[in-house]
Amino acid sequence: MLSRICRTAVAKSPLAAQARTVQRGMATIDMPVREAINQGLDEEMERNENVFLLGEEVAQYQGAYKVTKGLYQKYGEKRVLDTPITEMGFTGLAVGAAYKDLRPVVEFMTFNFSMQAIDQVINSAAKQLYMTAGDIPVPIVFRGPNGSAAGVAAQHSQCFAAWYSSVPGLKVVSPWSSEDAKGLIKSAIRDPNPVVVLENEMLYGVSFPMSDEAQGKDFLVPIGQAKVEKEGTDITLVAHSRAVGHCMAAAEQLAKEGIKAEVINLRTIRPMDYATVIASVKKTNRLVTVEEGWPQNGIGADISANIVEEAFDYLDAPIERVTAADVPMPYSKPLEEAAVPQVPDILAAVKRALYREK
Amino acid sequence: MRRRCLFLASRAAKERLLLARTSPAAKALSSAAVSTEHQTYDTLPPPAPSESTSSQAPSSATFAGGVELPLTSSLHIVKAESQPRWPVYRVIDTDGALVPGAMEPELSTELAMHMVTCMVRLRVMDHIFYNAQRQGRISFYMTSTGEEATQICSAAALSGGDTVFGQYREPGVLMWRGFSLQNFADQLFSNTDDLGRGRQMPVHYGSSKLNFQTISSPLATQIPQAVGAAYALKQQKLAQVVACYFGDGAASEGDFHAAMNFAATLECPVLFICRNNGYAISTPVEDQYRGDGIVSRAPGYGMAAIRVDGNDALAVFAATQEARRLALAENRPVLLELMTYRVGHHSTSDDWSRYRMTEEVKDWQSHNDPLRRLLAYLHAKGLCDADMEQAMRDTERLAVMAALEAAEKKGPPPLQSMFEDVYRDMPQHLLEQRAEMLAHVAKYPDKYPQGRGH
Repeated sequence: MLSRICRTAVAKSPLAAQARTVQRGMATIDMPVREAINQGLDEEMERNENVFLLGEEVAQYQGAYKVTKGLYQKYGEKRVLDTPITEMGFTGLAVGAAYKDLRPVVEFMTFNFSMQAIDQVINSAAKQLYMTAGDIPVPIVFRGPNGSAAGVAAQHSQCFAAWYSSVPGLKVVSPWSSEDAKGLIKSAIRDPNPVVVLENEMLYGVSFPMSDEAQGKDFLVPIGQAKVEKEGTDITLVAHSRAVGHCMAAAEQLAKEGIKAEVINLRTIRPMDYATVIASVKKTNRLVTVEEGWPQNGIGADISANIVEEAFDYLDAPIERVTAADVPMPYSKPLEEAAVPQVPDILAAVKRALYREK
Repeated sequence: MRRRCLFLASRAAKERLLLARTSPAAKALSSAAVSTEHQTYDTLPPPAPSESTSSQAPSSATFAGGVELPLTSSLHIVKAESQPRWPVYRVIDTDGALVPGAMEPELSTELAMHMVTCMVRLRVMDHIFYNAQRQGRISFYMTSTGEEATQICSAAALSGGDTVFGQYREPGVLMWRGFSLQNFADQLFSNTDDLGRGRQMPVHYGSSKLNFQTISSPLATQIPQAVGAAYALKQQKLAQVVACYFGDGAASEGDFHAAMNFAATLECPVLFICRNNGYAISTPVEDQYRGDGIVSRAPGYGMAAIRVDGNDALAVFAATQEARRLALAENRPVLLELMTYRVGHHSTSDDWSRYRMTEEVKDWQSHNDPLRRLLAYLHAKGLCDADMEQAMRDTERLAVMAALEAAEKKGPPPLQSMFEDVYRDMPQHLLEQRAEMLAHVAKYPDKYPQGRGH
């Protein structure tokens, strides 16, 4: 419920309207994230006949979340494969196909199910180039919804950003906006390395402005580059995926109190764009990280360690981390809301970092 | 559910009866009872005679998926133990003599002698490298003793362009394709000429040039990958098969089942070659599975299969050749179960005397040795004698020792190579770390005598 409030807030906020006005060329349109991903997949399949999709329900059912809608009709059963229910089977199959120069895009219905295939992802895809001394590249993409959803409880709500991004050999991206989603899936498919694309189910239906450029067939968002969504001078908020939206809403509220927050959308988790975060901290001197994953060994922990190593002298306050509660996700709605970062949690962290509140 | 079990049981039983042609019932069905004739059974037998006595009762019905299945009113839970065992295809007996009625595969003298040479080379190489590990010169090794025919004779029936996925006990396949003794030794020592650049532990060989996928430790992960590779080859319209090797233990992994099921649905030319050598480390097959080996699983997946005497060089060669032909001609996977025996330890970290009787091992070594059987067969044909055999062993021993000594003397790969190949292009942070490391090593050359790199 709160996420809907956030979405509405973002869509109707004066800032967002301003952004749309500034960006609006002849053909800037609003596009939901799901459609942006679909467009990216379509364009890359058209561009390179070695690109093919596989996963459960991706073909005739049009995708469990309709992300692959229309692609089976357009490209046929050789390019869009409905697989039997075996993550370890179809992931292994895709890895083998990638060894032989095809470019599979594997859909996990949610990344929770990728755990049933994680050995293939890590031991057979991520490490392969290294273990074969550069002989066997693995141009594979693993994509699907990651992290929190609504009312799907513990086994359907885990965030895998921290786990996958700890592995050398993998690239890990996590889009927020429609431009992110389209640009990153295209970059991921074109990348010769294995790439994990962490989407978010709650974002699939959210619309964002797509510029004329973003609607183009060669629009790419480079992997490894964060984006400053909103400039500020008083405090830096860093997040990825859905939490970026919460940060934007928090920044709007803070502006009313005269606090100018800078919001950084990481877009890529590995390789992490520490440089953008460091540059921001040098300007604002205070940092709050926000993520929907668990606190221990999370994204915020990694950013925190890096900032302390590289920009300690610029910090005027300890770094604050806002994360999910350290519990498996409960089902009951009020419990779920309490377990995931909300805007008030971000505001509280900001106030602590600014020494406005304890 | 009962009816379906009965149908499958009778259908499977019929297949096996026709394949075996040994049971009285089967003999009654066939006029020429030749047990070793090539047989690929791909048409459905007529349904079992209905137990129903009523002429009005339907004998079959359509079920979900539009599948028509025979009906029965007889309550009969089929036990797997009641099914006949899959027969083992054999061409030469344990003394190397041609089995009466067996068809000799077409094997040129050159090919046969090359097989023998490779088998001798592999056996000698295993013996010397195993001892090198015991002497502390390499850290780890795995032998193929007793399983030489499964590797070399199957490899001989494949074409060089076929992609091979192995488990870890198939160096003979690599060897057949041209991986040199020096290549093997360099990998074991992880030296600067190691094709794997010191990234992998011993026996994790690979060569993209020879179409042999680098060995990967987690068991059975290569099986679904082989299916994917075959899918890619099919898309690329290459007239090649993928051959995927694994053991009796690995066939218990989830990846095996997922891959078998998948391969059958995808109609790709893959050969699944199972080396059933009786043991998975210390676990004997009796504890690994309850069914009739691995081959009996194939019909359950809708897959063609054959069981072969894995210590019979000619049978392995002929069966692989026919399986390859079938896979390509009909775009279908084929499972081959090669019955063999693991004479050595699982690896140098194992000691079989803790779970096997010496008598059992000695029995296999003396009575059913693949190399001895092939040599006896060729000896009877006048193609090989004891002197030739000894000369071969001597030659190979010298060659392996030379490779070992040369490998031992070479230094390790340069330190900076550690940062390469994590990604296709080296990322900034690794470039920085590499520069930092090289500066450090340059500053303290005495502490890093081997690390200067080039």
